[in-house]
Amino acid sequence: MADPAGGSHRARSEDARHAWRIFAIWFVLSAVIDPLYYFLAGPHMPPGAETSAASGAQFDLNVVMVTAMPVVIAVVLYLGYAVVVWGAKRSGDREAVGGPKYTRNLRVQMAFIGVTTLIVMGMFVFGTVELIVPAGAGGGEGPNPIWTPTSKTILPIQVIAQQWKFTYRYPTFGGFETDQLMLPDNTTVAFHVTSLDVIHSFWAYQLGVKADANPAEDNVAYTTTQQTGEFTVRCSELCGLWHGSMYDFGHIMTKQGFEQWATSTEQKLAPATKLLPKFAYTYVPDANGADGGYYPDNVDPYSNVETYGASTTQS
Amino acid sequence: MTRTARLGVFSALFAVAIGLVVFTAMAFLRTSPPTIDFTQGHKAGQPVDMTVQTVGSIGFGPHPTWVSYLTKTPGGRWVNTTLWDLPAHTRINMTIDEYDSGSPLRNQQIGSIYGVIGNQALLNGKPVSLINSNAGNGVAHTFSVPELGINVPLYGVNGNAKNFCSSAPCTLSEAHNTIQFSFMTPGPGQYPFQCFVPCGLGFLYGNGGPMQTIGYMGGFLKVVD
Repeated sequence: MADPAGGSHRARSEDARHAWRIFAIWFVLSAVIDPLYYFLAGPHMPPGAETSAASGAQFDLNVVMVTAMPVVIAVVLYLGYAVVVWGAKRSGDREAVGGPKYTRNLRVQMAFIGVTTLIVMGMFVFGTVELIVPAGAGGGEGPNPIWTPTSKTILPIQVIAQQWKFTYRYPTFGGFETDQLMLPDNTTVAFHVTSLDVIHSFWAYQLGVKADANPAEDNVAYTTTQQTGEFTVRCSELCGLWHGSMYDFGHIMTKQGFEQWATSTEQKLAPATKLLPKFAYTYVPDANGADGGYYPDNVDPYSNVETYGASTTQS
Repeated sequence: MTRTARLGVFSALFAVAIGLVVFTAMAFLRTSPPTIDFTQGHKAGQPVDMTVQTVGSIGFGPHPTWVSYLTKTPGGRWVNTTLWDLPAHTRINMTIDEYDSGSPLRNQQIGSIYGVIGNQALLNGKPVSLINSNAGNGVAHTFSVPELGINVPLYGVNGNAKNFCSSAPCTLSEAHNTIQFSFMTPGPGQYPFQCFVPCGLGFLYGNGGPMQTIGYMGGFLKVVD
């Protein structure tokens, strides 16, 4: 009777021996390398753990790596095994396990389709859950976010991009606007990202936050700070001559330090704040205004949960 | 014409075309305004005095209608450039003669003066720390170095002034405001400076043309040891 894989009983048992040997080596390598990576390298992978979005991104990266490494190991191992064991000098005409004779082998085909489908669908479900549960995972969700954090006291900060710098407005601290981005520790922050001119992108790398800044749009991104530290803000949308210089540094401070900074800055900038337009989620040019000045649009101080600091002052 | 002759003519024309392309590209790439060296003869610990002017239209060169900075060399000559060699860790005493008309700022936050010594400037001899661009002549331009946290709005002149300067270099007999301030240079490096008033008339959001061209409203503080 013809063998479905095209070989004799002896050849089949030899194939099985090779297959089990490859599987055993793969299993041992994967069982050693995956935990080594996850527990030794994983905690040091970017973007760090300054915020919930950052540690979420780090976790996602580590899960993808742990999933991908056994696949990489399998490919490299099979290649190496084939070169060593089934080289022409060693095996003569002997074909490799998984060679042409297996192209119509139903079990091999089903196993391949099953494993790859499981990995891809698993990644799809994992990725979707990781996007929804942490309220957008630090990405810009547009003006009406469908995934919102559960915290009842969110600090709203407006990120205003313009050629070529970011400024930050704190509506719950009198609406002052400054070049400095300061955040309190252990606090959920809502970044309302907009632009006064062309398209920019607010990318606070160590915070795990990235949101496009579009003129006349309020792009909201959430994260929760977890530890004090410094972070970098860069524009990640090519926006003109000084795009490469459009960066600054922010700080996550203790809550006490932040509140001292916010209240003292509010007082210091009070004369300048009086000249600012009323806080609005977006600003639009008024064609009838003097020389294209920007004026508030969509005026709505802040939502009923974005109230961190609002007990002391209102914009 | 023989085949050899045709080949020769074709090769010659091809070489000329390639040469023109290379020449144009190199001419474009190598075009750069001169750098004014303020480090020559500088003694450690001594401040550097600089004078620049901002004008509504440069009046010469490839873009005569563009707004621009001009820099006074240590020898007293006005040069259309925004590239300056400055000594590191040195106090720079800057005088800006502003000859352009102003307008309300797009973002009033830029009306504040910060990042300079005392967080204030002298506007025609009077100390100011904030300019309300909605009042008076508004703000014409700003001198801003974002990396160093420096921002100084330059109060505009009356656009209807009889002695309004129409082309550079302008002279002190023409309508102007004098803004003086000081700042410290950091360690060596190249620090871009720019104007935050969208003064590129006729360009998208006013941020094209002179706003994005070195030598006009953008430049570098080239700080050296």
